[in-house]
Amino acid sequence: MTTHLLNVRPYGEDPVDITWSDGVITSVVAAGTAEARPDDDVIDGRGLIVLPGFVDLHTHLREPGREDAETIASGTAAAALGGFTAVHAMANTNPVADTAGVVEQVWRRGIEAGRCDVHPVGAVTVGLQGERLAELGAMADSAARVRVFSDDGVCVSDPVLMRRALEYVKAFDGVIAQHAQDPRLTEGAQMNESELSGVLGLRGWPAVAEEAIIARDMLLAQHVGSRVHICHLSTRGSVDIVRWAKERGVDVTAEVTPHHLILTEELARTYDPRYKVNPPLRTADDVEAVREGLADGTIDVVATDHAPHAREDKDCEWAAGAFGMLGLETAFPVVVETMVIPGRLDWRGVADRMSERPARIARLADQGRPIAVGEPATLVVVDPDATWTVDPQRSPSRSANTPFLAREMHGAVVHTVLRGRPTVSEGVLT
Amino acid sequence: MSTHLLSAADLSRDEAIAVLDTAAELARISGRTVKKLPTLRGRTVVNLFFEDSTRTRISFEAAAKRLSADVITFSAKGSSVSKGESLKDTALTLEAMGADAVIVRHGASGAPHRLAHSGWIDGVVVNAGDGTHEHPTQALLDAFTLRHHLSGGEGALDGRRVVIVGDVLHSRVARSNVLLLRTLGADVTLVAPPTLLPVGVESWPCEISYDLDAALPGADAVMMLRVQAERMNAAYFPSTNEYSRRYGLDVRRANLLADEGIVMHPGPMNRGMEITAEVADGPRSVIVEQVTNGVHVRMAVLYRLLGAAEGSGDPAEPALSGSLEEAAS
Amino acid sequence: MTAADIPAPTGRPTAIPEGPGGSATPPHPDGARVLDSDDISRILGRISHEILERAHGAQDIVILGIQTRGVPLARRIAERMTDIEGAPVPVGSLDITMYRDDLSLRGARPLHATDVPVDGIDGRLVVLVDDVLFSGRTIRAALDALSDLGRPRAVQLAVLVDRGHRELPLRADYVGKNIPTSRDQAVRVRVQEVDGADEVVVSG
Repeated sequence: MTTHLLNVRPYGEDPVDITWSDGVITSVVAAGTAEARPDDDVIDGRGLIVLPGFVDLHTHLREPGREDAETIASGTAAAALGGFTAVHAMANTNPVADTAGVVEQVWRRGIEAGRCDVHPVGAVTVGLQGERLAELGAMADSAARVRVFSDDGVCVSDPVLMRRALEYVKAFDGVIAQHAQDPRLTEGAQMNESELSGVLGLRGWPAVAEEAIIARDMLLAQHVGSRVHICHLSTRGSVDIVRWAKERGVDVTAEVTPHHLILTEELARTYDPRYKVNPPLRTADDVEAVREGLADGTIDVVATDHAPHAREDKDCEWAAGAFGMLGLETAFPVVVETMVIPGRLDWRGVADRMSERPARIARLADQGRPIAVGEPATLVVVDPDATWTVDPQRSPSRSANTPFLAREMHGAVVHTVLRGRPTVSEGVLT
Repeated sequence: MSTHLLSAADLSRDEAIAVLDTAAELARISGRTVKKLPTLRGRTVVNLFFEDSTRTRISFEAAAKRLSADVITFSAKGSSVSKGESLKDTALTLEAMGADAVIVRHGASGAPHRLAHSGWIDGVVVNAGDGTHEHPTQALLDAFTLRHHLSGGEGALDGRRVVIVGDVLHSRVARSNVLLLRTLGADVTLVAPPTLLPVGVESWPCEISYDLDAALPGADAVMMLRVQAERMNAAYFPSTNEYSRRYGLDVRRANLLADEGIVMHPGPMNRGMEITAEVADGPRSVIVEQVTNGVHVRMAVLYRLLGAAEGSGDPAEPALSGSLEEAAS
Repeated sequence: MTAADIPAPTGRPTAIPEGPGGSATPPHPDGARVLDSDDISRILGRISHEILERAHGAQDIVILGIQTRGVPLARRIAERMTDIEGAPVPVGSLDITMYRDDLSLRGARPLHATDVPVDGIDGRLVVLVDDVLFSGRTIRAALDALSDLGRPRAVQLAVLVDRGHRELPLRADYVGKNIPTSRDQAVRVRVQEVDGADEVVVSG
C-alpha cells in the first residue's frame, strides 16, 4: 500500500509531495511531480506544514488504577489528535510502574490501542516512596525497553538516592527525569508563593523549592558524570540555573509545559481548581523567562504533563482539588500562539522542541527523524492558521479538566501519521 | 451593595458606612422590649458551618432570627458533611431547600467564592470566614466598635491609627481588617515576627513593624490576633515565652496607647499568650462589646444583601411612590 | 423633643375652609404645582386645629412623623399645637423601613431614626403624620412598627395629600388636600427642611 501526501511544506519550507509505503518514506519530490497510481492512497496536503510526529516526554495515562479519569486508549486518542506519535506514560499509576511487569502491561496496552507509541516511564524508587531504588535494570531490559525513569508526582529529594539513581542508569543509557520540588518547603502548598498567595489566603509554593533541587541535581549530575532531565520547569530562576549548568558542560535537558508557557497565577483568583497544578502557575515574568528559555534552547522540549482528573476531583473548593491539567490536544496551538506567531521559534524550531529533541532524550530510534527518503513516515500535518474552540465534550479524553475551556486556539493538527498509517485524518480520529 | 459579601474589598467606602449606619440604628432598636423586626419574614437563611465556631454561628443565627427569617443551621460535626459529603453536594441540597442566603464558614480559602460563582446555588453568599483568606463581617463589627469609641458612632475612621498584632500569615481577620480599615480612612500598622507575615505583605495598604513597643505609642486602638501555640512546632517562633515577651499585650504596653485608646480581640483569646488576663478584663478592653456589635452588624449585612437580591414580588404591584426617592405613602 | 425646639415657620395659622384651596398658579416646569408654600402653611394650621378639636385638647397626644418628609411636617404641626394650647406637645419620628412588605421589589434602603418621645406612647393618642397617602402600605407598616413600640389608646392619621388608589382598607383622619391622580402620575412633595422649598407638584 502506497500513500502520497501531496503539496505539503516540510518545516514550512518549499512545497513537496511525500510518498511512503510499508511505513517508510520512499520519495520526497517537488510538489505536483509525484506520480500516483490508481490504487494508491492520496492525501491532499493543501499547502499545509508537515513536521515529524510530536513526542511527549511527560504524560499521565492513569491506567492502571484510575481508569475513571483516563485510559491508555482514551489518552492516546487525545494524543493523536494533538499530533503526537509517541508519548511517555508516567509511573504514578496504581500499582506504580516500578517493575518490569507493570511497564510491560502498559506498553502492551499501548500497542493494542494502536493510536500512538506508548513508552512507559519507570519509577525511580519503589512505590514512589523515595526510600529504595526500583529495579531500573529490569525495566530497562523488559519488552518496554524503559529508558526514562521518574518519580514524577513527587521529588527524589534524598540527595543520596538521587546520586545513586543518576549513577545507576548510566549502565543502560537511561535518564532520571526529576520532578523538582523540595517537599519540606512545599508542605500543604496550593499555589505559587507570591504577593497574590498572601492576598488569597492560599499556602504558597515558593520558586526556591524548585530551583534549589535543580541546582543540587545539576551539580550531582556533573559530579557523577551522568545526564539528567528536569521536568516541567516553571520559573525564571530555574531557567537561569539550567542555562548556567549547560554553559559548564552539565549534561542536562529540561522541559516546559504548554500551560506554563501561557498561563499565570492570576487565574487562582477564581479559586477554581481547574487552574491548580504542580508546579503551580507562576508570574508573568516567569512565563516570559520560560519562553526565552525555550527559544534559545536552554529548555529543550515542550512536554505536556497531561494530567486527567475525574470531575469530583476538580468540582470543589481549591484546597480539595487535585493538581493537574489536560494538555495533549492543546499543546500545539499554545506553542503556535506563544512562540511561532511572535517569531521566537520557526518551524524547524518547533520540530526540534516537539519531536527531535524529545526523541533523542528518550533514545527513540524511530521518532523525531528527518522528513527524508528512508525515514519512518511518522508525521504530523498542521494548519497554523486554523482557529478552533476547546470543547471537552468533543474530546476522546475521559476527563474535562482543561484550563483552556471555551478558549479560541490558533493552530490545528490536521493529519497524524504513525509509520505510514494515519491515526488522525482531517482533524478526526481514523 | 454587590450580590454577595465574600471579601471586605467588596465594600466601597459609602457602602461600608451605610452598613455601619444601618447597624447603629438596629442597635438602638435592640434596646426595646420587642427586638424582632419582620423584615426578612418568609426568607430562609442557612448557616453552613464546616468549621466549629459557636460564637460566630450563634451571632449569625441571632441576627437572622431578629429579622424574622427562617434559620437552618448545618454544622460540620455529626452531619453528612463530616462524613465526607462534598461542598458541592451540600450546596445542591441547600438549593433544593430554597435558601435565600447561605452563610458559610469553611476551612478552605475560596470556598465561599466557589459557592457564589459555581452555579450550584442561587442565593446570596456571606463569607463567615474562609481558611486564611477573609472574614468580612468581623472586620465590619470591628470597624463599628472602633467608630463607636473613636468617631462618635458615625462617619468613617479617617486618620485613626490602628495596630494589628499577631499571626497575620494565618489570619483572615487581619486581611479583612486591613482592607476595610483602609477603605474607611484609617492608618493600619501590622506587627508580627517576620515568620508570621506573608510574602508580599509590603504591598498591602498598611505599615509593617517587627517591634511592638515602637508601634504602640499613641495608637488609637490595638487589635490582638489569636496565636496558636502549635505554630511553635512548625518553627514560626521558638517558644511561647519568647512570643509573649516580644509580642504579647500586657498592661505596660496597653498604657502606651492614646488616652482613649482601646484594646480589641476577635476571639477566642489565648490568655497569657497574646494577651494577659489583666488587659483582657481591663478598662481599655472592648472585647465583650465586639460580640454584641456582631449581631447588629450581621443584621445590617443580611438586610442590605437580601434587600438587593431579586425577590418574589409581583411586578404588577404599583410602586409605592409619592415623594420620589424615599419611603412612600 | 417638642415643637418648641424648632423656630416657628413663616405664616400664621388662620381658619381655612376644607377642600381644594389656593388660587390658580402658573404651570411648574416639572408639572402642575397644586400647592405652594402658603397653601401648605394654611393646611398645616387647619390640621393642627382639627386635631385639637377632635381630641378636646392636647393632654395625651403624641405626634409621630413617618420618615422622611412626614417628620418635618409633624414638627410643624406639633409646634402649631404647642402655640395654640400653650403647653408642649410631644413629637417624634418613626422609621418604617424594616416593616415594609416590598423589600424584594425595591431593595434595602438606608434606615432613619425612630425617636419616640421620652414618655412613650402607651395609653396615648398617637397621630401619625405623612406627606402623601397612596396605597396605604406605608401606614400598614407604620401600624406594625407602632405595635412593637407600645400600646396607644388610639391612632389617627394626618396627611398633606391624599392621591387615592388605596389597596388596603385604611383612611386618613385629617387630609390637607385630595388630589385625584392616575396611577402613573407622580405626586412630588417638597418640604423646606429637606428640599429647600415647600410645594406639591403633580407630573406625568
